[in-house]
Amino acid sequence: MTSTSGSEFEAVRAGLAGTALDSIPITIIVPSRGWVPLNLDELWDYRELLYFLTWREIKVRYKQTVLGAGWAIIQPLFTMLIFSLFFGKLAKVPSDRIPYPLFALAGLVPWMFFANGLSQSATSLVTSSNLISKVYFPRLAIPLAAVLSGAVDFAISFVLLIGMMALYHQAPPLRCVYLPLFFLLAFVTALGVGLWLSALNVEYRDVRYTIPFLTQFWLFATPIAYPSSLLHEPWRTIYALNPMVGVVEGFRWALIGADTAPGPMVDASSVAAVLILVAGAFYFRKMEKTFADVV
Amino acid sequence: MSDIAIRVDNLGKQYHIGAIQQAGARHTYKSLRDSIANAASVPFRAARAMLGLGGHLQNDYDRTIWALRDVSFEVHRGEIIGVIGRNGAGKSTLLKILSRITEPTAGRAEIHGRTGSLLEVGTGFHPELTGRDNIYLNGSILGMRRAEIARQFDAIVAFAEVEEFVDTPVKHYSSGMYLRLAFAVAAHLETEILLVDEVLAVGDLQFQEKCLGKMQDVAATGRTVLFVSHSISSVQRLCTRALLFAGGKLTVDSSPAAVIAEYIGSHPEGIYTSPPSTTRPTITNAALALQGEALQLSVEFQSPFPISNPVLSFVVYNSLGAAVFGTDSCADPVSPPPPTSKAGRFEVAIPSGNFRPDRYLVSLWLSDQHADYCTLEMILQINLTGGAGGGLSPQFFGNVYLPTHWRFESIDAKSTT
Repeated sequence: MTSTSGSEFEAVRAGLAGTALDSIPITIIVPSRGWVPLNLDELWDYRELLYFLTWREIKVRYKQTVLGAGWAIIQPLFTMLIFSLFFGKLAKVPSDRIPYPLFALAGLVPWMFFANGLSQSATSLVTSSNLISKVYFPRLAIPLAAVLSGAVDFAISFVLLIGMMALYHQAPPLRCVYLPLFFLLAFVTALGVGLWLSALNVEYRDVRYTIPFLTQFWLFATPIAYPSSLLHEPWRTIYALNPMVGVVEGFRWALIGADTAPGPMVDASSVAAVLILVAGAFYFRKMEKTFADVV
Repeated sequence: MSDIAIRVDNLGKQYHIGAIQQAGARHTYKSLRDSIANAASVPFRAARAMLGLGGHLQNDYDRTIWALRDVSFEVHRGEIIGVIGRNGAGKSTLLKILSRITEPTAGRAEIHGRTGSLLEVGTGFHPELTGRDNIYLNGSILGMRRAEIARQFDAIVAFAEVEEFVDTPVKHYSSGMYLRLAFAVAAHLETEILLVDEVLAVGDLQFQEKCLGKMQDVAATGRTVLFVSHSISSVQRLCTRALLFAGGKLTVDSSPAAVIAEYIGSHPEGIYTSPPSTTRPTITNAALALQGEALQLSVEFQSPFPISNPVLSFVVYNSLGAAVFGTDSCADPVSPPPPTSKAGRFEVAIPSGNFRPDRYLVSLWLSDQHADYCTLEMILQINLTGGAGGGLSPQFFGNVYLPTHWRFESIDAKSTT
């Protein structure tokens, strides 16, 4: 797409001259070019829509599948069993002195949230094309709702993780209070990548086919089946530019007390994740103006 | 205090031909391969152009058309504006820009007040969700607050007449119930400005009446409505002003009566001709004329391939655009039955004595069992006047005269004794 149709809305909300009670929102629609502001306050105005879109995703997913929420247990559980058998038992991959199944599951639970959020959000714009071509709302709400809806699956599989910890008599250390931060990091990463992919997928439908490949590749580039302690500094920190490294190591450190102190790795991962998200959001907003015409 | 609701200044929208949405053409997006191939060939074409070898810098995606151009108008608060024009005139593009679904390429628009846009009913409805869930979902998609939906919930359900099924997934609804529920949500949108596209053209007649009635109620509350329609009669009935679009431009901005007269007046008289197409069957000649006591409709078609059982359908509209009568060559079989052929002519006689004096428009369709081949909307026109040969005397209401059987029986008690 060339930039000749480059234009964007600039919505201005202001009170008309008159009494304060009688203030009317004024929307100004003009073409503008190139990079545009994120308009996060407008997204905030539409928070109820975001809530309903998320709620629809969750409700429909659980209604249309026979096992419903069961999938949130089955996926990580079976992957854990396979990993434990092949990597843990047969290949004897080290696991930082943690029982291998627990080690793998602590990585798989945040990973599944990330991978599902990524693939859901990447295709979200195209599957919501009927909304995009018929109604206006901040388009960011669509991939955002797709990632948010994965939080329920995450909560369910997190219960499985707690159960496994009980099974191995592993009490969570005090530092588990940091856990929400690592979840947030996984969320930021999934949303950031999801924004890039969803905007690209509108223009280039090839993207959809790269997603299974991408998530598989990314899975092996993340220390889920193996510990990152296999690498030595400074490679470990550089490796953590993959934000999921920080997430997975952070989860293990906060929950099951792996002795991999994640310090600089989490810093590297956080910086990378925020960069991906901010750049993704601006790219998304830049492409947004063509969505309704192309989708 | 200003009473402007919408102000549009020199608004324009340019589409890349490659990106315009066409019915039936779904390949509007690019594949990565195309883009790479395109980018790779640009330097070569640029070099050719510089060397004067006649290369085109413009590639296929750069061909553009203006769907809307230099459109300016103002809408005051409380006005009900009808927007009419043929397909591709730019009506829907205007509505999409004003509802911020797509952005303009040039110009500026200002909207004073909360805007609700209804480009279709039931946007975002999910068949697995219950009526209740869909009301909340659809309402919030249309821009209603949750509290607002909760307050209007009972009114929406009552309007849609689905009280007993509110907690049933809408996939179990009949199509009528589904449409009623969808329209009911939209009808309870309480924004100062409403942008509406053709949504009334759904459902059965009774429901369309109900929708029109609701639109009149909306109009009566002093809200501003911009209403895009093919239905001239609803524009006539609802609107206080009308805009006529043609070829992406605003051509007439006046009273509904004046705009409708202009719109209908722009149609050709009783004869239509078109060159045959090499790819699909085409109506090449059509004529409508009054001969004695009958309207003679004669339609010729040509086709690049033989058509078995060709079917001609037609609908007669009155001068307000309301359908008066329609039929096809299946309802009253042609004799002899048309053989498989590449070209042919249908001749139809319609008793003219049944039509009241008015100006009538005729739409034509050519099809067979498999497909619609050629659609010509309101392509022929004829003026039936009272008096010799044509029509009835003007004191009769309605568009058609039907023979009726009369009896008289005196029930006055005194006269019988």
